[in-house]
Amino acid sequence: MKLITKTLLAVPGLAAAMPAYAQEAMSLDDKVNEVFAKFTGPFVNLIFAPLPGTSFPWIVLWLVVAASVFTIYFALVQVRFFGHAISLVKGDYSDPHDAGEVSHFQALATALSGTVGLGNIAGVAVAVGIGGPGATFWMILAGLLGMASKFTECTLGVKYRNEYPDGTVSGGPMYYISKGFAERGLPGGKPLAILFSIFCILGALGGGNMFQANQAHAQISGIVGDYPGWITGVIFALVVFAVIVGGIKSIANVTEKVVPFMGILYVGAALIILIVNYDKIGWAFGQIFTGAFTGLGIAGGFVGALIQGFKRAAFSNEAGVGSAAIAHSAVRTKEPITEGLVSLLEPLIDTVVICTMTALVITISGQLISDPATGLYVLDGNSIATVDGNSGVSLTSAAFASGISWFPYVLAVAVVLFAFSTMISWSYYGLKAWTYLFGEGKTSELIFKVIFCIFVVIGAAASLGPVIDFSDAAIFAMAVVNITALYFLMSIVRKELQSYSSRLASGEIKKFKH
Amino acid sequence: MSTKLIIGLDGQGSGDRALDYAKNLASLIGDCELLVAYVIEWSPYSFQTAEENAVRHKRREQEISTAHERIIDPAVKALTDAGLKASGIVRHGDVADALNGICEEYGGQQIIVCRSSEGGFAKRFFGSSTANLVMSATVPVTVIA
Repeated sequence: MKLITKTLLAVPGLAAAMPAYAQEAMSLDDKVNEVFAKFTGPFVNLIFAPLPGTSFPWIVLWLVVAASVFTIYFALVQVRFFGHAISLVKGDYSDPHDAGEVSHFQALATALSGTVGLGNIAGVAVAVGIGGPGATFWMILAGLLGMASKFTECTLGVKYRNEYPDGTVSGGPMYYISKGFAERGLPGGKPLAILFSIFCILGALGGGNMFQANQAHAQISGIVGDYPGWITGVIFALVVFAVIVGGIKSIANVTEKVVPFMGILYVGAALIILIVNYDKIGWAFGQIFTGAFTGLGIAGGFVGALIQGFKRAAFSNEAGVGSAAIAHSAVRTKEPITEGLVSLLEPLIDTVVICTMTALVITISGQLISDPATGLYVLDGNSIATVDGNSGVSLTSAAFASGISWFPYVLAVAVVLFAFSTMISWSYYGLKAWTYLFGEGKTSELIFKVIFCIFVVIGAAASLGPVIDFSDAAIFAMAVVNITALYFLMSIVRKELQSYSSRLASGEIKKFKH
Repeated sequence: MSTKLIIGLDGQGSGDRALDYAKNLASLIGDCELLVAYVIEWSPYSFQTAEENAVRHKRREQEISTAHERIIDPAVKALTDAGLKASGIVRHGDVADALNGICEEYGGQQIIVCRSSEGGFAKRFFGSSTANLVMSATVPVTVIA
């Protein structure tokens, strides 16, 4: 608590010092940006390399093909078991004797608090700003297909987690890759698990940390005026440090309780704007469908819309990335498949519902400038020109402001809380990967946590471009390893699903609530 | 067939009054079994961090063990010392639902609880656990003032 007090006391001091150090600070931000872009450039280029002779990044195809394969392999599990997944979350199949253990609802809510956030607010704005409203169609499709990827990874996450004698658990792709490969007699499990852990640490530092800090700073400076990013970074880093190192659980607890309400408030505000503009909803969906196949004049045409839609959907719901498998593995269930079924609701809530609402509000708000004569969007470089030149989270903010003038203030608070909550979730995911590599232990954990806090400052100080590229690249790199492993292990999941389905049909799986 | 009484304790001193009442009632009944129950308030719909989830099982075991040590075991001892047949149980969940569930599971004929120690806003807004139990129980409930 002392740490927090010191931090808060330090803020006015920092603010007062701002003008004097502004020039120096801006150059510090620029330096951070330059070094960062130079260091991460080759990695980003490798992950987003286009397929030969096209502008289509191979990684996007990788994710789409995987989600489609899982959807077909499990015979539309996301449709067949949708109702059952809802029953599981409601606790209809939960044994009252197990009360007090992590429930399906809690695991889902925890995983969602790591995914619902800036991806839904800023990520969608990036997708729509570059790919046009048509990107939304591909985003929804990616969300629906991604439900099968999430199902596969989370089932394996629970099945192969480590349970320690003291009752704590550790799970995730690194555990199911090494154990699952060994069980099937396949070589290369351990090296793949190590590679996944390395990418998971990078993903935690990138998308789970720097992107969040960066966009939180953009939002705050949009409200209070421009100031150096490292100030936001230092404040955020101190608060994150207080929680993950100092063990000040009260901050995390408050955040975990407020974030779901902010999510509801966000969806509620979007619904209000949509209801007020109900006459434009049909037109907006028309833009989404037309734009999905023609591009409506955006750079790269419909392929551009598709790439942006799939990219941002994957970044938002993380299906196939493997992060959710770490969060869901905490559930103590006798049937790993049940956790997989619950997890398939995540891309639906995150992408199909929340991202679509954001995209509809942006489209309806008229922030994207189009040529009335041709109906095509006006381009400003590679992205669509917007009313005030906004992009990212500021585009979403402006779109909501066109319906509810004071909403940017609420959105600013929501963005900061979402960013913070996502950071806390990803600090755990990164830590699990770190401890898999370097072993459990206080010193080892402390080293990772300190590194994590340093990256908060870097993320807030760097400019959006390099940060978003690195964040995407790190998260997608996780998906490369995870999906490779899922192909080898999906037969195990199918056996589990077949066994569970037959026992469910025979009544062996008991329903406790009627 | 012996009569089974369920005694719900809330971990406060007022629980002693429920125990005393149950002792007297059991002596009057004669062939009577007492089941002392303590429910740790828990909602499956609360929000937790990933780290809390990872250690939840460990915490649950600790909570059950502490409840046995501090509340249930002394109460059971007091009853058995008085020559009565008694056992104890700890559960997580909503107090009213869990007590009624225990009663149904173990075939209890009556639930004995003390008047709720809750007060203020929570009681006005959500109703006390005792009031909820009285309204939802499937067997007679005796509330000790």
